[in-house]
Amino acid sequence: MGIRERLSGNEAAAIAMKQINPDVVAAFPITPSTEIPQYFSTFVSNGQVDTEFVAVESEHSAMTACIGAEAAGARAMTATSANGLSLMWEQIYIASSLRLPIVMSLVNRAVSGPLNIHNDHSDAMGVRDSGWIMLFSENNQEAYDNLLMAHKIAENKDVQLPLMVCQDGFITSHSIENIELLEDDKVKSFVGTYKPEHYLLNKEEPIAIGPLDLQAYLFEHKYQQAEGMRNAKKVIAEVSKEFEELTGRKYSFFEEYKLDDAEIAIVCMNSTAGTTKYVVDQLRKNGIKAGLLKIRMFRPFPTEEIAKALSHLKAVAVLDKADSLNGAGGALFEDVTSSMFVNKVQVPVVNYIYGIGGRDTTSKDIESVYNDLAKIADNGGTDDFYRYLGVRK
Amino acid sequence: MTEISKNTPASELTIGGNIYNAGNAREFKTGDWRSVKPVFISEKCKQCGLCFPVCPDDAIPVNKEQNREDFDYDYCKGCGVCAKVCPFNAIEMKEENE
Repeated sequence: MGIRERLSGNEAAAIAMKQINPDVVAAFPITPSTEIPQYFSTFVSNGQVDTEFVAVESEHSAMTACIGAEAAGARAMTATSANGLSLMWEQIYIASSLRLPIVMSLVNRAVSGPLNIHNDHSDAMGVRDSGWIMLFSENNQEAYDNLLMAHKIAENKDVQLPLMVCQDGFITSHSIENIELLEDDKVKSFVGTYKPEHYLLNKEEPIAIGPLDLQAYLFEHKYQQAEGMRNAKKVIAEVSKEFEELTGRKYSFFEEYKLDDAEIAIVCMNSTAGTTKYVVDQLRKNGIKAGLLKIRMFRPFPTEEIAKALSHLKAVAVLDKADSLNGAGGALFEDVTSSMFVNKVQVPVVNYIYGIGGRDTTSKDIESVYNDLAKIADNGGTDDFYRYLGVRK
Repeated sequence: MTEISKNTPASELTIGGNIYNAGNAREFKTGDWRSVKPVFISEKCKQCGLCFPVCPDDAIPVNKEQNREDFDYDYCKGCGVCAKVCPFNAIEMKEENE
């Protein structure tokens, strides 16, 4: 079962969109996500999808068009990177607060400046508090699979939130790897049709979306959004289970790689997890009990589960591919450490800012982190917990 | 459509504040934005008809005899344009809590 193929991450995302066949795609080209709307527009020209493709004049308009389409009752998708997402920023919040389940392919890239088109996670981290569900993908297969699951999660009536699927720019988006695709008809029946309860083009029910929401109401509406985000956790688990039954590919909130009996572990997201798995395997050959926790579901953040999964370790390193520039550590580090604190898990934790602006993160770099962790495990902690991995000082 | 107020719990509010019916702007009583209010002095009014066309909120009702009536304070925001155009001093602006 399944179709064996070899695709780049961008091709995989575009193929997923073709199989989903959304009503509207509005996008503006930006490296490294450009290929996604480029491939998709050829599907439109070739009549392989029924989608209305809107070639907008900016990313702000791309998100605005998606909001209009989704509010009208259509299924809308887009793709972007870095500064494209920055330009969408205002509308990103409108999409989530209007509870419109738009699905975006975010091909992670450094937000300028100085100008850089390569991979880090500063674009995604910039919108981590915007009320979007955020799924991260280690490789092309995960980028494809996460997109196939996206609408069932986002459109669930207990959730109704937009969702972005992240993958690493160039490292994943432009690398061709083997992939197993699902047949078109299986995708179609898995994703299903979008049937919103209320939508603007329903002539039987004239409605207003996005009215003025002053002091007496906005607080409650934010609470509703927070509730939708909390509900998303359960729905993501259910949809992932259903996907596993269909494909045999298992997805959890995070992947635990040789973590069960590990003494030291790295927490990271996206493609670096692949490199880390290789290093874990090498270290295990030498009897070092190294493990990995790879986050897939970054929003909502699985606090209890992560705290529990890390509780038996002697030292943990959280790898952030973006710095929060707050003088205290990266965003993932803060989420992981606060999850541990509130769940009363006391394990020495250290943060590494790494791979900024597409700097290669090699197996040697990852190995050096495990070496540091071994020392921290022996010493029982470190005050020097906010580090830069391999930076020239 | 359920009536909502500042006491409505989150569980009973629509998501995003969506309004699932049409023609509901009249339910939003913008009169409480007012800090000064126009007072209609009917004995000075000549029914010249200059005030109600300039009201931005349609807050001066006009009856079938084409005569204006007292202000609709549910929607009057107290801008004072009517008092400015009245040639007969039949509209006086007063502090809201006077």
